[in-house]
Amino acid sequence: MAPIAVAAAVFGAAFAVLSRPAGFDGAAAVAMSATTFAGSAQFATVSILGTGGGVAAAIVAAVLLNARYAPIGISVAPVFEGGSVRRLLEAQLVVDESWALSRRADGRFDRRLLVGAGLLLYAGWVGGTALGVFAGEALGDPETYGLDAAFPALFLALLVPQLSSRHALAAALAGGMIALALIPLTPAGIPIVAAAAACAIGYGR
Amino acid sequence: MSVVWIVVLLVGAATVALKALGPVALGGRSLPGRLTGVVSLLAPALLAALVVTQTVESDRELVLDERLLGLGAAAVALLLRAPLLVVMVVAAVTTALARMLV
Repeated sequence: MAPIAVAAAVFGAAFAVLSRPAGFDGAAAVAMSATTFAGSAQFATVSILGTGGGVAAAIVAAVLLNARYAPIGISVAPVFEGGSVRRLLEAQLVVDESWALSRRADGRFDRRLLVGAGLLLYAGWVGGTALGVFAGEALGDPETYGLDAAFPALFLALLVPQLSSRHALAAALAGGMIALALIPLTPAGIPIVAAAAACAIGYGR
Repeated sequence: MSVVWIVVLLVGAATVALKALGPVALGGRSLPGRLTGVVSLLAPALLAALVVTQTVESDRELVLDERLLGLGAAAVALLLRAPLLVVMVVAAVTTALARMLV
């Protein structure tokens, strides 16, 4: 799992670098990584603010991008223990990568993997953001190293073992098609949220 | 308060609430049986959507670029049963090389 934390740190640093032209100081960049802790939403926010897209557009895009955490949170809800405050805090460790890594073949989730991977990713993401604030532009563009392609590869590698049934395959195909069709039509984030509808294939089964 | 901090605080608060919704509201209970099938298909549906958007989306447009080559190389690595880290490195290196050469 450590390599994923390193990848998260590199992208956290990239977020800090990219947030500066959008008017973020170092404290704001680190605060956003510590509370929002979701790369896609954070990059969308700084790109919209940086290109003069306005505060409302930035907030709506970021919230839509993170709307997937409502269904994702519901899917992992059974693994959390203890009182409301503890569950609220542990739920913050749920990100795409920790959620996908902790899903077992039987469809349940492994709590230790979820929390462990979540903590590693959180440390990498927030620590990387802080490093990026100091390292600044010396880092350069992470796309030079092809790191942006490492994430879809990760998601593909996590998807393949889950295609164990016809329903799972159908849901994946439908989800992918929905996302593909909506990319040119809707704001960023909606394609992923809408793709969640493909899981209706599993109703009552 | 600056515009940036308003965005940081509002997006942060909304994200914390979205993530906590399921775990806090449902507690330790499981979902009703009929819905279990639905939720178990969330993973393949969302993962496929993430693969698609992170490979071909760029500022609300479909863009076929070097990332697609990286994903293709990753698919080959997966077929050869390479471990997770190798799959990610293969995708990154392929994409970086393609960007250098084009």
